[in-house]
Amino acid sequence: MKEIRIHGRGGQGSVTAAELLAVAAFADNKFSQAFPAFGVERRGAPVQAFTRINDTPIRLRSQIYEPDYVIVQDPTLLESVDVASGLKADGILIINSDFDPETFKLDTKAKIMTVNATKIALDIIGMPIVNTVLLGAFAGATGEIRPESIMEAVRERFPGKVGDRNAQAIMEAYKMMEGQK
Amino acid sequence: MTHEMKTDKKNMVVVEGSYAVAHAVKTCRPNVISAYPITPQTHIVEDLSKFMADGEIPNCEYINVESEFSALSALVGSSAVGARSYSATTSQGLELMHEVLFNVAGMRLPIIMTVANRAVSAPINIWNDHQDSISQRDTGWIQLYAENIQEISDMTAQAFKISEDRDIMMPSMTCMDGFILSHVYEPLVLLEQDITDEFLPPFRPERILDPKNPMTFGAFADPHFYTEFRYQQERAMQNSLKKIEDVANEFYDMYGRYFGGLIDEYQTEDADIIIMAMGSIIGTIKDVIDRLREKNVKIGLLKVRAFRPFPAQDIMNVIKDAKVVVVLDKNISLGMNAGALFIETKSVLYNTDIDVPVIGYMIGQGGRDIPMSTIEKIVSDAEEVMRSGIKIESQFTDLKEELI
Repeated sequence: MKEIRIHGRGGQGSVTAAELLAVAAFADNKFSQAFPAFGVERRGAPVQAFTRINDTPIRLRSQIYEPDYVIVQDPTLLESVDVASGLKADGILIINSDFDPETFKLDTKAKIMTVNATKIALDIIGMPIVNTVLLGAFAGATGEIRPESIMEAVRERFPGKVGDRNAQAIMEAYKMMEGQK
Repeated sequence: MTHEMKTDKKNMVVVEGSYAVAHAVKTCRPNVISAYPITPQTHIVEDLSKFMADGEIPNCEYINVESEFSALSALVGSSAVGARSYSATTSQGLELMHEVLFNVAGMRLPIIMTVANRAVSAPINIWNDHQDSISQRDTGWIQLYAENIQEISDMTAQAFKISEDRDIMMPSMTCMDGFILSHVYEPLVLLEQDITDEFLPPFRPERILDPKNPMTFGAFADPHFYTEFRYQQERAMQNSLKKIEDVANEFYDMYGRYFGGLIDEYQTEDADIIIMAMGSIIGTIKDVIDRLREKNVKIGLLKVRAFRPFPAQDIMNVIKDAKVVVVLDKNISLGMNAGALFIETKSVLYNTDIDVPVIGYMIGQGGRDIPMSTIEKIVSDAEEVMRSGIKIESQFTDLKEELI
């Protein structure tokens, strides 16, 4: 089983990203489960969302304490949230940032990767909405999921031009991370 | 009867638990839905209102009301005229319905209500436990608890069929853990319309409110009559024990899915330790059991699906040969220092020749997360009870002493 924790701020679409990841994973012939950290979500407040991906049906209902992967939508969260908490040593931490991974001195043995998702989102989607872009980055960095499945899940949720632009941004982020592996 | 479940992956979709319930309700062809929003139930009635707006629920009235008291009161009228009636609520909303819950059961109206289980105030808390529905234990509603979104979806159709049976005619609460199931995205097979139409025929009650054939419902019963009304309600509840099993089996025959009738069992056959629980925690416990079985711990699970009617005989049959029974309760009966399932289980064992120690844990209050390690800790307590007897009969779990 692979466990993913997404850190973001209320309004950044962390929960939506977790859900889309679950939909995409299922399309990839895996079993999946996505759920929010059940906070009283307020815009701007730190939030978490979780996704599990497995070859067999998922029964476990607890929150995720030892994730294989962590996605951070907003690097300013690092000042207040221990985003690397419990992250497995062979895991990957993906941060939305234009800084190099080495910039981030985090208490983890896991690999840190960065992607300037905000720039990709602004360039292609025209808005600084990075949740779908980071899913593309996740696919590229981890190989856990096909980018096409994510693009399809996003297009289904956001039909028309919005979905198309998001899909394009997903592919851009995917390629960028694939190249860094 | 054995139940083999195949995972029907090609017919599965990944949706939110609330959507799965709303879709199930739609598929059951309700005639009246009353709606009042309250977290974490709101997505259910929102999805139903979308179905209504899209014309996907024919012959149905969707009534926006001004409180939960009104939500259920509106259904008293609609169910009495013979309309299949549905609502959903949780927590304080369910508590506000308390008076009407008795009326619904007393008038023998087979209303179905989803409860997205949530803690009760004060202090205010929107997260999951079972205090809300457990507090309505004695109102005469059948209470069924689901472990995943497939089960709550399937249970919705089963509940209509159970409640509307002429030997039963009692309302049902189908209970799903708030957020944990109401807001989870996971794969399930949505209820199929053609099979459901066959499984659940239209609601045709024996007696309805009808101006052409006037009668009263729940009007007045003086001491000369009242006891007999209560007796018949209890008799209907007892009848529902078999009906719940039968309907689960019938559902299995038609849909190929089974999550238990009154109860379900997991690895109980040779188990020394049996854990009893209800709701979404069942899945986590199964994972713990698999892990412990690898270490040769003889442990099993008794999932309680029906809390009312209480499946005393089924429970006794499963736990009679165990060496210790551990009951997990997401509720507390204040002043008893114990949860309801623990209290009931102990009570059914008295006056029998079953002599098994039973210990209780109040767990997951107000949404406190239940990791596998918490269950494993409880199991090690149970092993200690096997070695040296009960030291603490019932206790709070994961209590933070430093906060007290």
